[in-house]
Amino acid sequence: MKIEVLGTGCSKCQALTLHVKEAVAKKGIFAQVEKVEDILKIMEYGVTSTPALVVDGTVVSSGKLLGVDEIVTLLGS
Amino acid sequence: MFDWWETIVDALVFRLLGLDASTQKAQALHFFIFDTVKIYILLVLIIFAVSFLRTYFNTEKVRVYLQGKSEFTGNILAALFGIITPFCSCSAIPLFLGFMQARIPLGITFSFLISSPMNNEVAIALLFGLFGWKITALYIGFGLLVAIVGGFIVGKLGMEKYVLIPVVPMSGDLADVEIALSLQKRLKESWAYTMDILQKIYLYVMIGVGIGAFIHGYIPTEFIVKYAGSDAWYSVPLAVILGVPMYSNAAGVMPLIEVLTSKGMLLGTALSFMMAITALSLPEAMILKRILHVKLIATFFGIVALGIMGIGYLFNAIL
Repeated sequence: MKIEVLGTGCSKCQALTLHVKEAVAKKGIFAQVEKVEDILKIMEYGVTSTPALVVDGTVVSSGKLLGVDEIVTLLGS
Repeated sequence: MFDWWETIVDALVFRLLGLDASTQKAQALHFFIFDTVKIYILLVLIIFAVSFLRTYFNTEKVRVYLQGKSEFTGNILAALFGIITPFCSCSAIPLFLGFMQARIPLGITFSFLISSPMNNEVAIALLFGLFGWKITALYIGFGLLVAIVGGFIVGKLGMEKYVLIPVVPMSGDLADVEIALSLQKRLKESWAYTMDILQKIYLYVMIGVGIGAFIHGYIPTEFIVKYAGSDAWYSVPLAVILGVPMYSNAAGVMPLIEVLTSKGMLLGTALSFMMAITALSLPEAMILKRILHVKLIATFFGIVALGIMGIGYLFNAIL
């Protein structure tokens, strides 16, 4: 599983990256977590508000700082 | 609307604590307790309502609506959408480029960019709590006007070449964005968001009202009128310049403006000041500098500043 956090480096984006890592640890799954800061790459996903979360190439959330539990639920499906 | 609360505070300060209603100390304390709680209640109500509406409209959705709209209609719609969509300066870049990608004209994007921070829910709740619905309506109405006209002018200046990052316009139309959420989830999300915001600003509100209460009780009106109440020509531009660095502290500054107004500061100057605080934000300019040429940012700030000052002068003249 590949999880990408899209964000241009604001505090919310950093917080989301931390939450994602925690959620992955909590679920005990193997996943590659990557922070994408390149604006052109972010645009390719069609996202207009950051932080956004991309799981295996699909945008699952944008403009929200998700909590750890919310991410766990998102990853579950 | 808050008569019941006034009765409670009256009873608390004048009867329970036994303070003499004619003393400055009692007045200041009464003002502090009454205003802080009133503003907290309004903040919770309004932020919750706006964030609930917002679960139906995110910026991705706004982009779909605005795509292909003609210039003037687009400016109006963009300014209106700015009221309900959230704005965080950290989202300014993806938003800006995302709009360009969808071939939304620069002017319409700017209408949105001006309106969104100006008509944010915290500012609206504070205004409503401190000044009442009439001033709030004036603020929103003239805020929209600045956003529509300002964006329209930026669009007419043909400054597309000052966008520093090459944006590849997408071909075809965007697919509509589905937001599938249960009502319960929307309510839960809105509540979490409301608490999150409140946590960030409650201290500023308390400090702002606290200083306001002090001014209210202890500083004589003549003093305020002498410094802030003058109808000298420079008071409006001065208010705008002072407002620029205060964006993050809007919650603390607004209660002060209310006290200054009740002590004789002119309403137009106050309106200009409030609009400058929310619409002209230095951090936003710094972030936009990464993708926009300084000339475009200066034009954007200049037009908004002129619009805001115009409103200030207009109000000082007619009210």
